[in-house]
Amino acid sequence: MTGHPPVRARRTRRWAVHAVLCAGLLVMAAPFVWMGLSAFKTDEELGASPTVWIPTEWTLEHFRELLELLDMAQHFFNSAFVATVVTLCNLVFCSMLGYALAKLRFAGKRPVFALVLGALMVPGNLMLMPMFVLMSRMELIDSYAALILPFAAGAFGVFLMRQFMLAIPDELLEAARIDGASEWYIFWRIAMPLVKPALATLAIFTFLQSWNNFLWPLVATNDPEKYTLPVALATFATDPTKADGSNGVLMAGAFLVVLPVLLVFVVLQRHFTQGIATAGLK
Amino acid sequence: MAATSATTATAKATAGTAAGPRRRRGRLGVQNAAGWLFSTPFLVLFATFMAFPILATLAMSFTDFGLRDVTDPFSAEFIGFENYTKLSEDEKFLKALFNTGYFVVVGVPLTVGAGLFAAVLLNSGVARMRTFFRVGFYAPVVTSIVAVAVVWRFVLDPGEGLIAGIAAEAGLTAPDFLGSEALAMPSLIVMAVWRNLGTAMVLFLAGLQAIPADVREAARIDGAGAWQEFRRITVPLLRPTMLYVSVMTSIAFLNVFEEPFVMTNGGPDDSTLTVSLDMYREGFNFFHMGYASAMAYVLFTVILAVTLLQLRLLKDKTR
Repeated sequence: MTGHPPVRARRTRRWAVHAVLCAGLLVMAAPFVWMGLSAFKTDEELGASPTVWIPTEWTLEHFRELLELLDMAQHFFNSAFVATVVTLCNLVFCSMLGYALAKLRFAGKRPVFALVLGALMVPGNLMLMPMFVLMSRMELIDSYAALILPFAAGAFGVFLMRQFMLAIPDELLEAARIDGASEWYIFWRIAMPLVKPALATLAIFTFLQSWNNFLWPLVATNDPEKYTLPVALATFATDPTKADGSNGVLMAGAFLVVLPVLLVFVVLQRHFTQGIATAGLK
Repeated sequence: MAATSATTATAKATAGTAAGPRRRRGRLGVQNAAGWLFSTPFLVLFATFMAFPILATLAMSFTDFGLRDVTDPFSAEFIGFENYTKLSEDEKFLKALFNTGYFVVVGVPLTVGAGLFAAVLLNSGVARMRTFFRVGFYAPVVTSIVAVAVVWRFVLDPGEGLIAGIAAEAGLTAPDFLGSEALAMPSLIVMAVWRNLGTAMVLFLAGLQAIPADVREAARIDGAGAWQEFRRITVPLLRPTMLYVSVMTSIAFLNVFEEPFVMTNGGPDDSTLTVSLDMYREGFNFFHMGYASAMAYVLFTVILAVTLLQLRLLKDKTR
């Protein structure tokens, strides 16, 4: 804020604000820190009373156990493959429609945009049962297609790309048209490079959403070989015959699912906050 | 696919009328074709995986759709509103509806409030290292909810958990949060607030930064204190953001599924059974898919009603 309160009052306020922020941050970080520490403790230390906060001898025992119980490499691959393909599809399809809605004059523009806005509002749970039936009938259960197709073009992505495409000056596109460029060329070679930051944001969002997606992959896969990471972890964590007293193994599992995402987030954090703010403001 | 046809068409159109006026029929025809072609992938996917399933769910909700009908959908029998009347008497479902309402009514204001509080602190001129704090508060949002629920189940564990450990240091005994009918839902709410306040915070920060500095300056010159400034300037100008945040959070919370699925399995004694969890069980554990479809539509109706209500409530106050 821009006023000039007395220096003393300002200093007190600064301390108070930072004290609250630090306390908040501590609460936010505690579960992650606890997870990280617990994954490396021995079973004795996990069960010890009084609580052992920091492991005295760091052990990989739980990770070894986890890899014996779950095919983590396979689940990791499934998640990564599905998320990558979903992201690429969204980048292309959402940009295409976003460009059309922002920059082309065509007859169905208004109704199509209304569809996009409507689709933003519909909760995914509403489609669960018929989607399962549809995929069963198409014999796609336990296939990557079942995990990818329903998410290949999201309404959020269209909306986001439209917002950014609107900012491209019409004169530029018009000049290209006069030079004889095709609409596809204009879209692909002129518009797309101009919205690279938006594409980065959309890519990160889509990848993460797919990576963390749970309910549909849970429904659409029966074969453990095709489980994505969250499904594998949840199935393992809620199976009473497996999860018996193995908190350390579960923390090792959560650690492997959460850590890569957290690292990526810290590096690319600007794109995250930018994307969500853009979507909310307009 | 769109490329080739659009390319030739544009080429022809432009060749004919190289430097004419802007609006020409040929060029608009090209744009029209391109517009539809560019819409095609989305529209096809939308029709197959959204429009059709939405209508199919509605249709299924009036049938006794069960396991055998998965292989032969048209053998399901039309039973009118029977699923819906059954739902209105299904105590388990009514409890799930109540639990979901509890989760939303307590969880959404807490999430929105905490997010706004964090945003106002970070936006105050005195805060340093804003990026650092913002990253910290937003971090839970990006993580897998399943992994996070597994972690929280352990944090709340009465034997080895984080909170039990802290309580023991203080000479206290922590309750069995997730094993208690009274505490299980509040525990899930705390976790949900923890996970979602970052989204609200980022949106509020964007909203706050959109408030022009001279408006604040003017209020200050007129002698407004910090609280008055917040009440009279910040809150009214943040109303659109507030609306968006509360609608989005409400929709997400009304669909709550992963937390009870992983942490409590709906227990103890159905005290954390939510509509989505009940629907999942009816649909995919018992294959009462017609019945589950009716549940999906009840939930959808509730979501629609809550959204419209919030639109009204929050819009009316903006004079």
